[in-house]
This record gives sequence, C-alpha cells and structure tokens, in this order.
Amino acid sequence: MTDTGRVQAGNVAAAPGPPPSAQIQVVPLRGLPVVAAVVVFVIVSIAGNWLWALTFCHVVGGALWTAIDLFVGLIIGPILGRLSIPARAEFAARFMPKMVLLMPTLVLMTLAAGFQLALKEGNLAPASPNHAWLIVSYCVVGVMAVIALGVLEPANIAVLVEMRKSRPDGAVIAVLMRRFLYTAGITGLMQVATLIIMTRVATQ
Amino acid sequence: MSSELATATPAIRRRFPPVAELAICSLALVVIGGILLASYAPRRPPLGGPAALAVISAALLLTSAYLLSRLQMFAWERFFLVFRWALLAYVISAGMIGFAFIHDHTRGAPLALLVVMLVIFALDVPLTIAFTVARYSSPPHSAD
Repeated sequence: MTDTGRVQAGNVAAAPGPPPSAQIQVVPLRGLPVVAAVVVFVIVSIAGNWLWALTFCHVVGGALWTAIDLFVGLIIGPILGRLSIPARAEFAARFMPKMVLLMPTLVLMTLAAGFQLALKEGNLAPASPNHAWLIVSYCVVGVMAVIALGVLEPANIAVLVEMRKSRPDGAVIAVLMRRFLYTAGITGLMQVATLIIMTRVATQ
Repeated sequence: MSSELATATPAIRRRFPPVAELAICSLALVVIGGILLASYAPRRPPLGGPAALAVISAALLLTSAYLLSRLQMFAWERFFLVFRWALLAYVISAGMIGFAFIHDHTRGAPLALLVVMLVIFALDVPLTIAFTVARYSSPPHSAD
C-alpha cells in the first residue's frame, strides 16, 4: 500500500463505485435479530448445560471465526491492498458493516461455549493433559482479542463513519484500511496457532 | 491547539494525547487478569496477581479518560454517539461472560474482582472505538 501518502481528501467521494454515503450502515440493522438469537441460544445452552448445543456453538463458531480470519487476513487482505482506493472503498462499504456484526458474535459464541465445554469435559483440571494447551490457547485468544478489540474493530467502524460523511477523507480511509488489513493479517496468522492447539486438544 | 489551527489541519495530521493507547494497554491488562482467573477454573484462583493487574488497568483507564476530558477541539457529539452504542454492545458481551462465571459457581472475592475487570473491559473497548472515530471527525464548528 505505497499509495497511501498520495491519497488526497475527496478521492473516495469522487469515485463512482461506492454506494452513496447515506446508504452505508455502520451496523446493519437487519442482522441484529440474528445476533440476538445467537446470543440467546448460547445463554440457554450454558444455562441448561446442553452439551450438544455447547459443542455446536464452539465448533461452528470456531470454524467460522478461524476460516474467516484466515481468509480475510491472508487472501482478501493482500488482494484489497493492491486495489485502487475507489475499488477498496467500494468493497469496504459493503464488506465492513457485515464484519461489525459477524465477528464479535462468532467470537462470543465460540469462547463462551468453549469455556463451558472445557469445564464440563474436565480439560481445565490441572491433571488433564489438555490443561497446558488450553492455557496457551487462552493466551493466543487474549492477544487476538486485544488486537481485534483495540485496533481492528475501531478502525473498521471509523472507516464506515468516515464513508458516511458528505465529504469522506480519502487519506483517513486509506490509513484506517491499512491498519485493518495488517491487524487482520496478524490475527489470521495467529489462527494457525489456534488450529494446532485445538486439534491437539481434540486428539489427546 | 487553537480553533483556527485545528480546523485547518487535516484530520490525519492532528495530534492527540495517547487516549486509545492507554485504553488498549488497560484492555490488555484485564485480558491477562481474566486469563489468570480462568486458568484456575474450577478451583479458587489466587487473587493477588489479577487484582494488581485490575488496579493498574483501572488507573490506565482513568488516565485515558482524564486526557480525553481535557480535549477541547474534539467531535464530542460523534464520540458520545458511538460510545453509547458500543457501550451497549460490550455491556451485553461482559454480561454474558459474567453470567458464564456465575453459572460455574464463581462467588465472593473472585466474582467481585471479575465484575471489576468486566466493567473495565466494557468501558475500554467503547472508549477506544469512539475515540478512534471522533479523532478523525472534524471539530463540531467546522464544515463537515
């Protein structure tokens, strides 16, 4: 992304591609009922000690979270980094609102269900061969959480808010998108560690 | 920073105190404290380390809030708009984590410490998001 410094204010507004700024939703409202349903399902699963549902939430949520992180960080990110600023803006305007709802929901679903499963299966007991692996996985998830919550998500939302302005600042969008792509790449790579840990845990 | 200078400087070049950086450090400390607490489950965890981390984390959050409160040329309206909604989302997240620990019979001092950490978590993330959004927004009186 060497063109960042050359981006001038107003480039994005002048681009033909992105949807009109008023149409860009920072949080897609239509997705909120789905998020609410997932959260309620996870809470009911925990409250009812429902083993199948906890396994479902952890496996499905974890698979989607890992796959999306890897795909965005290692496939979409580098492609996006080589696109023109207007093309990047058009993609971001449609892609990022979905990520605002999708990723926190998947993370919450995976971690809450996973912690309960670990307790139920006895994997957190000090004598369990999986105990150390799970602590390492907490550390990996902790690093990813700080990067995602402290850097990636604020950048994601700030890009969308910038795009909603009547005169979006292309330089601001370029800097925030670069931040988003780098952090998505880092969390994508860290998901490889998660895959190794979780497959170890499942086979011990 | 004078009003004229702030309005003339492009959003990308405006300099701010390390509000987001402090909030991220605060978040990192509560995450480490949370990992320490969770790693002992279902046993009762030693509270010294997590409590010290929570105190330092709270101090960083308060410092961040103090630096933020001193900003004059800042898009406060946008900050509070984003902060409110992000706070709602992260209170729900924190509530769910708290519920899981209560369900797992966490009680007494460990629960109190966990609640403090969750409160810090639920404030850190919205603060970082809202500050990041507002810092790139024009001051309220300028053309936007």
